[in-house]
Amino acid sequence: MAYPAGLKYTKDHEWIELSGENGKVGITDYAQQQLGDVVYVELPEVGAKLKQGQSFGTIESVKAVSELYAPVTGEVVEVNGALKDKPEAVNADPHASWMIVVKLTNPGEAGALLDATQYQELVK
Amino acid sequence: MEQATEAPLKKTPLNARHRASGAKMVPFGGWDMPVEYAGGLVQEHMAVRTRAGLFDVSHMGEIEIAGKDALAAVQRISSNDASKLQVGQAQYSGLLSPQGTFIDDLLVYRLAPAHFLLVVNAGNIAKDYAWIADAIKPVGDAVAVDASSRYALLAVQGPEAASVLQPLTGIELAGIKYYWFAHGEVANVRATVSRTGYTGEDGFEIFVPPQSADRVWQAILEAGRSADVVPCGLGARDTLRLEAAMRLHGNDIDETTTALEADLSWIVGWRKDDFIGAAPLREQKATGVRRKIAGFEMLDRGIARHGYDAYVGGEKAGVVTSGTQTPYLKKAIGMAYLPVERTAVGTEFDVDIRGRRTRARVVPMPFYKRQK
Repeated sequence: MAYPAGLKYTKDHEWIELSGENGKVGITDYAQQQLGDVVYVELPEVGAKLKQGQSFGTIESVKAVSELYAPVTGEVVEVNGALKDKPEAVNADPHASWMIVVKLTNPGEAGALLDATQYQELVK
Repeated sequence: MEQATEAPLKKTPLNARHRASGAKMVPFGGWDMPVEYAGGLVQEHMAVRTRAGLFDVSHMGEIEIAGKDALAAVQRISSNDASKLQVGQAQYSGLLSPQGTFIDDLLVYRLAPAHFLLVVNAGNIAKDYAWIADAIKPVGDAVAVDASSRYALLAVQGPEAASVLQPLTGIELAGIKYYWFAHGEVANVRATVSRTGYTGEDGFEIFVPPQSADRVWQAILEAGRSADVVPCGLGARDTLRLEAAMRLHGNDIDETTTALEADLSWIVGWRKDDFIGAAPLREQKATGVRRKIAGFEMLDRGIARHGYDAYVGGEKAGVVTSGTQTPYLKKAIGMAYLPVERTAVGTEFDVDIRGRRTRARVVPMPFYKRQK
């Protein structure tokens, strides 16, 4: 699967799609492949304050549980509740299955994230 | 679970085949093993429940005991009663410590009146062999040999297992009863075929010489093409065995848990002469166990995993030994050691899932039982 050029990526295998002062966050195709069949996604409440690099939730596959790490500092302004009942969407379409929307505190942070080419290189 | 070792990972004869087939490989018990293939664990699990799957379990160990007093030697180290075995028959058993706890669990095959084959867990081969060789010394004419490198072991599991395998062998599979075995050829390779498995499904385990393992593997997949038989990894093996409530050594049973606490009284030969671990088990049987393994399902969302604590009324009361979201039953299940008075079906308790108290309920085991 190709890594969309419109997204930014972290070394922890999250992606963020920036628009204005907000960013949609999910996990990459590489991450979902490593996890295998996803059965639970545990997400924060709207209003939660996140720090870049800190855990904002967990994702669980049949095999294992993994932390989700915030790609940027900010406040959760939206949570994708649909993933509660359809966690397997993360496997089927990882780059469209967003988990949270974060309102960035420090938009400068996003500049240091990986672009698609760099991320592709990381997981090669 | 398994000890991390510094030695390089061991490879089964099918290692290159797994890698070429796109399997995801992981270290397990000192071995480089496939955890799942490209289709994924859930698809593999469902294949075994509805059709058939093929597993490489060549990492398992084989220890042979032979000699005039071989039966007495096996009786000493194995908890079950091997005198009940006829030639051609196998039984599940425990390799117990003097405290009645599990050094390992194993299958005991009676190859000949005075020749037994023990199949043990991959990560325990060296430990088991050293223990057995030492423990049978006083018995007399019996010798133990670690024959693990002489065998590759394949498992065909699922309702279609017999129909897939039958065209490849002259052995009449319908004539092999559950926990019996026969010698013959599979895909023109000398083989021992045993009606056993670790999935809760009908199926066979096939012992073949390592140099022929790939040929037999390919022949079974070819024969199973129309039935859509798929290769399966250790991931599906674990979820399948858990649905069937089969214990996993290192998770559900180990050197801290006795055969009675593990609710495996049926693999203890109560009527046979003395064996290692008998005395504490007899005492525990008389006085009763304080804790016991129980099957549970989650009432709240979440998966209770190995090592998570169980709570009753706010007090830590036990520990989860296995847990997963099962692909076939589609719910979160597991096994836990609980105070014996909390193990009745329907009893509720909490599991600490990463800091969150999550409700669970004791249910009967096995979680899944196949239609006969």
